[in-house]
Amino acid sequence: MPNRTPLYDRHVALGGRMVDFGGWELPQQYTSIRDEHLAVRKVAGLFDISHMGRLDVIGPQAEAFLQHVLTGDVASVKPGHAQYNLMCQDDGGVIDDLVIYRRDADDFLVVVNAANREKDVAWLREHLPKGTTLTDRTLEVALVAFQGPRAPELLPPRSSDTEPIPYFGFAPGQVAGVGALISRTGYTGEDGFELFVDAEHIGEVWDAILEHGRPSGALPAGLGARDATRLEAALRLYGNDMDETVNPYEAGLGWTVKLDKGDFFGRDALVKVKQEGPRRRLVGLTMKPGDIPRHGTGVSKDGKKVGAVTSGTHSFFLGHPIALALVEGPSFPVGQTLAVDVRGREAPAEVVKLPFYRGSARHN
Amino acid sequence: MAERQYTKTHEWITVDGKTATVGITDFAQAQLGDVVFLDLPKPGRKVTRGEAFGVVESVKAASDLFAPVSGTVASVNDKLSTNPELVNSDPYGDGWIMKVEISGEAPTDLMDEGAYKKAAEESAH
Repeated sequence: MPNRTPLYDRHVALGGRMVDFGGWELPQQYTSIRDEHLAVRKVAGLFDISHMGRLDVIGPQAEAFLQHVLTGDVASVKPGHAQYNLMCQDDGGVIDDLVIYRRDADDFLVVVNAANREKDVAWLREHLPKGTTLTDRTLEVALVAFQGPRAPELLPPRSSDTEPIPYFGFAPGQVAGVGALISRTGYTGEDGFELFVDAEHIGEVWDAILEHGRPSGALPAGLGARDATRLEAALRLYGNDMDETVNPYEAGLGWTVKLDKGDFFGRDALVKVKQEGPRRRLVGLTMKPGDIPRHGTGVSKDGKKVGAVTSGTHSFFLGHPIALALVEGPSFPVGQTLAVDVRGREAPAEVVKLPFYRGSARHN
Repeated sequence: MAERQYTKTHEWITVDGKTATVGITDFAQAQLGDVVFLDLPKPGRKVTRGEAFGVVESVKAASDLFAPVSGTVASVNDKLSTNPELVNSDPYGDGWIMKVEISGEAPTDLMDEGAYKKAAEESAH
């Protein structure tokens, strides 16, 4: 029996087509993936992401602990700031990708993938130092994402001024008069917010955002639009684009690995990968309309199989199919043509620079 | 207007004399999600009842289209090459897929709307 978020009844009332995602019943779409996708790119979309795992890591050793289990430099994160991070095994394989939010010197919120929550909690507990606590808050705190170029101006009345919140920054405040942790983060490439709200009050926030935003074109958006927008922004999806058999350099996430910060899980293995160069790499591909690359289909070069598509879709916004593929070889320069299996034939795919689309998110 | 009939594989067909119009059902389009591309046969090609004649690509997956009748493709819906979403928005109207010149007898073992609805509900369980 899959879990339901506190917004389940609202999804059903809005006509959401409910599917099982990482053990949670969530809407694939409400009306049309195309419309929801375009709303996120042009106005704003509201996503229920309460399935994401939310963990409190608190205590005097919290920073040192996270430094030891994550690849990024946790010490460089100031209170009020968030950081994208990877958690790796000793062999460098990625256990999960996650975002840490530093609320205070000894107080972190860690947001992990829904499907990995139990695995992550077990791994973290195994290495948790005495005096540091790990508490799973997933069921108590709801999480929604309001994403799009107009999201900041479309927050409902009685919401905090978000102008001072930088990209990957967050602050406690109010949305529609309800207390919320307002974070300028997201998974779409657009400006906007992820809002942490007590589960019992999230319904009010959800309703207020939609009521205020709909006249301007904001829409509730489902998993389909979420996947399409994250792929256009080339944001990796754990379980598709990487897993425990893929290391950060292969996934093109070497920038999250700070080898000079001291010892951490996977460091020795990752030093070696960096020295020798990754055996495989994740590349971006674009294809002709109608040639739709699907997860798991083969990629070849000059008739020889070099890898597989890890994520692929037709981009309604860009007007052609796009894909990420994990391919083996020394280099796949931008402009090179590979072939992707589409319905049993080899369809041309051009290697392109990532991301496919850079949205309104305020990059540093 | 001829009565619409249905296949187990979620195509619909209407027959007018020797010409059949074929599309996919409202249930099918809803299951597929947004249609982004259709790979359809050229006019003149023979299609065989029960065999795949094309592919519909949605955001979710590629699915075969099965011919409800045997015959020769008379025309395909050109609008779908630029507006494949018509299959979603108007599956029984502007979202029709092809017209077939039926060879031999018109089929008689297709489902009527009531029987199809029941079958579709069961397959959606």
